[in-house]
Amino acid sequence: MKFDTPATTNPIDAMKVVGQPRDRLDGPLKVTGGARYAYEQHDVAANQAYGYVLGAGIAKGTIRQLDIEAARNAPGVLAVVTAREAGKLDKGKRNTARLLAGPEIQHYHQAIAVVVAETFEQARAAASLIRVDYAEEPGTFDLEAARSKASEPEGDDPSLKDSRIGDFPGAFASAPVKLDETYTTPDESHAMMEPHATVAAWEGEKLTVWTSNQMVAWTVVDMAKTLGIPKENIRVVSPFIGGGFGGKLFLRADVLLAALGARAARRPVKLALQRPLIMNNTTHRPATIQRVRIGATRDGKITAIGHESWSGDQKGGGPELAVSQTRLLYAGANRMTAMRLAAMDLPEGNAMRAPGEAPGLMVLEMAMDEMAEKLGMDPIAFRLLNDTQVDPEKPKRPFSMRRLDECFKVGAERFGWSRRSPRPGQNRDGKWLVGLGVAAAFRNNLVMKSGARVRLGSDGILTVETDMTDIGTGSYTIIGQTAAEMLGVELDKVVVKLGDSSFPASAGSGGQWGGNSSTAGVYAACVKLREAIAQKLGINSSEAVFAGGEVRSGNRSIPLSKAIEQAPLIGEDTIEYGDLDETHQQSTFGAHFVEVAVDAATAETRIRRMLAVCSAGRILNPKTARSQVIGAMTMGAGAALMEELAVDTRRGFFVNHDLAGYEVPVHADIPHQEVVFLEETDPMSSPMKAKGVGELGICGVGAAVANAIYNATGIRVRDYPVTLDKMLDRMPDAA
Amino acid sequence: MRAFTYERAGSSQAAAAAAAAAPSAKFIAGGTNLLDLMKLQIEVPTHLIDVNPLKLDRIEPTQEGGLRIGALVRNTALASDERVRRDYGVLSRALLSGASGQLRNRATTAGNLLQRTRCPYFYDTAQPCNKRQPGSGCSAIDGFSRQLGVVGVSEACIATHPSDMAVAMRVLDAKVETVKPDGATRTIPAEELHRLPEASPHLETVLERGELITAVTLPKPVGGTHIYRKVRDRASYAFALVSVAAIVQRDGSGRVALGGVAPKPWRIEQAEAELPRGAKAAAAALLDGARTTKDNAFKLPLVERTLGAVLSEARG
Repeated sequence: MKFDTPATTNPIDAMKVVGQPRDRLDGPLKVTGGARYAYEQHDVAANQAYGYVLGAGIAKGTIRQLDIEAARNAPGVLAVVTAREAGKLDKGKRNTARLLAGPEIQHYHQAIAVVVAETFEQARAAASLIRVDYAEEPGTFDLEAARSKASEPEGDDPSLKDSRIGDFPGAFASAPVKLDETYTTPDESHAMMEPHATVAAWEGEKLTVWTSNQMVAWTVVDMAKTLGIPKENIRVVSPFIGGGFGGKLFLRADVLLAALGARAARRPVKLALQRPLIMNNTTHRPATIQRVRIGATRDGKITAIGHESWSGDQKGGGPELAVSQTRLLYAGANRMTAMRLAAMDLPEGNAMRAPGEAPGLMVLEMAMDEMAEKLGMDPIAFRLLNDTQVDPEKPKRPFSMRRLDECFKVGAERFGWSRRSPRPGQNRDGKWLVGLGVAAAFRNNLVMKSGARVRLGSDGILTVETDMTDIGTGSYTIIGQTAAEMLGVELDKVVVKLGDSSFPASAGSGGQWGGNSSTAGVYAACVKLREAIAQKLGINSSEAVFAGGEVRSGNRSIPLSKAIEQAPLIGEDTIEYGDLDETHQQSTFGAHFVEVAVDAATAETRIRRMLAVCSAGRILNPKTARSQVIGAMTMGAGAALMEELAVDTRRGFFVNHDLAGYEVPVHADIPHQEVVFLEETDPMSSPMKAKGVGELGICGVGAAVANAIYNATGIRVRDYPVTLDKMLDRMPDAA
Repeated sequence: MRAFTYERAGSSQAAAAAAAAAPSAKFIAGGTNLLDLMKLQIEVPTHLIDVNPLKLDRIEPTQEGGLRIGALVRNTALASDERVRRDYGVLSRALLSGASGQLRNRATTAGNLLQRTRCPYFYDTAQPCNKRQPGSGCSAIDGFSRQLGVVGVSEACIATHPSDMAVAMRVLDAKVETVKPDGATRTIPAEELHRLPEASPHLETVLERGELITAVTLPKPVGGTHIYRKVRDRASYAFALVSVAAIVQRDGSGRVALGGVAPKPWRIEQAEAELPRGAKAAAAALLDGARTTKDNAFKLPLVERTLGAVLSEARG
């Protein structure tokens, strides 16, 4: 199905199942342990052996000697695979550094060997017997130091290029009120609960991997390329994912090493990346240095807005797209953005929940708060004054739907924004300094081609198959709701099967495109099935209404079961998109409100309340969507207050590489969260009229927290995370 | 983890004797720290002696009017004991500020005292660490050292002792009872249990080879207001950046010990004479001779401010 004109009335609009707060279809499995995660796939292949991965102990250099004899001879060991044993390997298109290193080492904890043994303990013990002699080389590990050598990112992608509209330098220079500040955001880890894990089994030339991956089809292609085998010989199965956040978008070392280990040991192999490897072996959100300049008239109209960002990556990698939202969020005739990329030798950076916007808005929305104060304006009023219904770079190009103003207004009312003191440091509650902060949320709505197959079986069960993944988001449920709505059956008549590359290729889970795109693919397949059913029943499908387990046309009413008396019926299709996302800017919007309390003595910040108001098209399931948003708000709170991969700039690695050192929020940090979805449908996005929410929820949260801290204390910290050590010397005198 | 042999202890003395006899034995009780370290091959004992069968899980009154806490009393049981809550509030509060409910259910009194540092370089076997591998150097001093120590540290090591409970034990003048392999027993004041790193940070306590902690005793209650204030980046389940254990009397005199700043619970009795004069003077005395890094220099003002808040809370 080609979606190239705005959606009109369609069966989803009935909203009997879609749009309802249904429980997760996979909920009972998850709370009873019945959902098999990759490392728990005990019975998919017999005789599984265990792999253990050895990561490099240096950041840059070469392996002079790698002695695996002792490991090979250790009890229970079946195979030891290093780059030497693996033979020629290519590299996946979406990987920057190699997944199995040697002799060259490109980053710390890059995998250099996998040991396969009868038991996990034997594999782990044997791995410690591997002796490595390195020739270590100096590397580039400090972004601030590398900044002067950074250059414009290579490639033709326009999102990587500098943008210049009007006369930014002139307008900024002549603006009566201006801000010019530099901010930093740190490297961050996805730190998902489930580590990357895989069971790999070969049958002749054919490889099956049961893994934990957000993008099944990408993994098939990159694995085929890495191994140099046809992609038809690879099956990837990823039914449940215990968190990914972008860290599992790509083929990673667990899949490759399990497959290589299985080939060498001639046994299925199971392995998980050990927790201490996650931070340095896999991808992370890169640190940024960002400079924001805003010029405005005295009454608050932005006349000039500029945003530059510096980040680093392994050679061949890309920048953190931290300036992208600044091209679209606020009006202003004179604009510029630019990104500069430094070649560095830290582990490779890549997407983490709302790549670009998450760190970009942490900065832009703090700058907006600072600018509002310079102007003597309320931060919401300042934002609303510079709101726009068109792409500020191309004024003839409207947003498909933009209700940022309502998000702020509804939120302000609900949160009690009027109680905020415009002067910081005024509100004391016992030992606590209390403040309120706000920030805009903004994330583009990406639409992706997505396929599905639906089958109405003779038992009356409607089965959906697509390689779409559920990363905890609720894909199973919203896909089931979509199919139930389309065929007019209850949700208990629908079975959803996901995450298998033998199913039609979907959009996968990333960039908050998964919910809208994958259900649109299911919609397309259901339209095909409806046609097949109507034809079987001899009625005109365009007049048929599917409801209550029946097909109605005119005054006829035929049970669905009639259509499948002889054989099951199947519909399969792929949703594809025209240029509606080019003629119209499709984005999602929100407003985050946060109340914090800062301990007057210690400067510890504790969040008291959070509210997000979201405008994101049709909400397919308010319950799972809310879970997405509160999870993202929690992640944003972590980014604001504690998350930072600490770089050892001498040795070139992230030092705090476990969950004791890399702190993320715990329950006690998140006392109260509320989410409001504005009721809306966006007919430009897809037949579902839905958009993404999973990343919108994190966008702006960090700045809202930091702005609240400023409101509480009068202390502006421009280097995230906002920890107490950065505030102590500016705190009021202790008691 | 390396392969190891395992036995269950029959008596305290037999456990001590067995530990002395094996080339590199470790006692295991809760295992909440040891097992993690074994999995990472930071601890590589060849023999484990499980002391859980020993009947060291009781809290009893002493003749002197204090409490004797068996070495195996779990943190949860100790924190919730009525006598501890009533007479030694600082201990209960310190315990409850540490770890998680699950860990406290498992972790023991003696094990808590003997837990090892959380210095991230100690935890990464690819990095030099004088504590883990004597003579290999310290990566932390010029590295990422935000969590690490500012007093009692040395050129060889700036690791901190991570316990909350031990800080409260120190301020309470607790004593540690042990048994040696030959059956001899001794009592070690809490202040003497942990050693400063100096040139040999791998030696962390004065316990001799095979010596087993059997109990911790608390003297008669001293009254006063008991406060344990733990400062950290997140609200729960995090190690202290700085912690203050304090017992403050009505006349403003009192005792104070610090966590998160030193290789052992940090108490300087002379500094306590300054307490009636306020936090600034007391903190200066406590932190005399401090040696900071660019990452952890904030701990000095943080101690002073936290102590100030504690004293003002105690005054009510």
